[in-house]
Amino acid sequence: MPSALRKAIVLLALAAIWEIYARWLNNPLLFPTFVDTVRAFFAAIVSGELPKAATYTIQLLLKGYVAGLAIAALLTAFASATQIGADLLETLTAMFNPLPSIALLPLALIWFGLGDGSIIFVLIHAVLWAVALNTYSGFRAVSPTLRMVGQNYGLSKIGYVTRILIPGAFPSILTGLKVGWAFAWRTLIAAELVFGVSSGSGGLGWYIFEQKNQLLIPNVFAGLLTVILFGLIVENLIFRTIENRTVRRWGMQV
Amino acid sequence: MLVVRGVTLQYGAKNHLVTATYRVTFNVQESDRYVVLGPSGCGKSTLLKAVGGYIRPVEGEISLDGAPIKAPAPDRVFVFQEFDQLLPWKTVKENIVFALTASGKAKRPEAEERAMHNIQKVKLTEFAASYPHTLSGGMKQRAAIARALAMEPRMLLMDEPFAALDALTRVQMQEELLQLCEETKFTVLFVTHSISEAIRIGTRVLVLSAHPGQVRAELNAGDCDEARLQELLFSA
Repeated sequence: MPSALRKAIVLLALAAIWEIYARWLNNPLLFPTFVDTVRAFFAAIVSGELPKAATYTIQLLLKGYVAGLAIAALLTAFASATQIGADLLETLTAMFNPLPSIALLPLALIWFGLGDGSIIFVLIHAVLWAVALNTYSGFRAVSPTLRMVGQNYGLSKIGYVTRILIPGAFPSILTGLKVGWAFAWRTLIAAELVFGVSSGSGGLGWYIFEQKNQLLIPNVFAGLLTVILFGLIVENLIFRTIENRTVRRWGMQV
Repeated sequence: MLVVRGVTLQYGAKNHLVTATYRVTFNVQESDRYVVLGPSGCGKSTLLKAVGGYIRPVEGEISLDGAPIKAPAPDRVFVFQEFDQLLPWKTVKENIVFALTASGKAKRPEAEERAMHNIQKVKLTEFAASYPHTLSGGMKQRAAIARALAMEPRMLLMDEPFAALDALTRVQMQEELLQLCEETKFTVLFVTHSISEAIRIGTRVLVLSAHPGQVRAELNAGDCDEARLQELLFSA
């Protein structure tokens, strides 16, 4: 049996258990049925509420992710070029990597106020260390032979970085991107749950929080479902595709 | 053509310097297959890296066509022992095209043509579009040789290129290398620790002693036989 089919069966069974348990419990405020959740999900899509919240979340996430990547690139370049840069990166990563980004939210709120700025700040923190650390260690792990080959063919400094170091370190870089994404996604939803409304629009986390306040529990479930779906799409579709086209094809998985 | 005069090489940390070779002198002439033979630890690989321009001698000088060697450059192309010398993210053909375009030796259409021509020479035509990790060890080394040949360098620097292959493939590769040499008459500086390989490949053989590497003898291919080299290598 193909694994897609097996997984579909597992999903169906889970949905059935959910439905049966919810009907037996018969308390839609605590635990709505699967059918109700799906209905609420589609209703929220049709009404445009859920797509709007999702778009808001995604664009915020992209801003934070890209900004985090840019800073990580700078930091890694500095670390690869100088000893002091390397020491700085190692110390900063050791300090900040264990610190959950969400813990910085209260401070960010004081610094940047209520709004996108604070969320982007915690997102950058979520992405930066994972990406910088993985990229840097990836660069250092590029084999001496490949380095010598790069020098042999008379590459310029920039050519050496873009054509030898970056592809050579790509398995680690990709790991960094994945971990950074996972941190950022979880941080963002959490941050939005705490607060997320600015200029009249909120993201998925805020949507979930608001629906709970109005005791629209099927909608809460629909919101959670959306969060899961996006996570699945990015982690299993986008990153899996990149992986298949690069490190897997090159036989370079770590 | 290549002049190595009184070259002493050292590596390691400041307070723990290892002398790899001590005042080594030799000359390589046009279309020589010059073999440097020595036991492991005689600094022969380090010597080759110095000719490649990766290491600067602490004493003596190395020059190619009268110009001192200061840095790695595409006029001296390396073939390493390690299989990972091919860029794993490029196909066999793209590896060669990369070498040609990165060094500015050729532009795209011409580079591809030269790549295919050299791939054919090493009998890898069917695998031109394969990624290195799908090739066997011998095929990887062939691809690396094709890449080096395509560059048409002044010298080919080969650092035990067949040492990591099984015995059968090794002999076959040696034959093929000789054939390629007959066809194109390139100059090779070849480093090995295998006496039989030195005899088979070399037109001239330089024998080094160990710790640090010093010249024992320099022989023409005609004067080389197993017993003589054995004696030179292992007598104290």
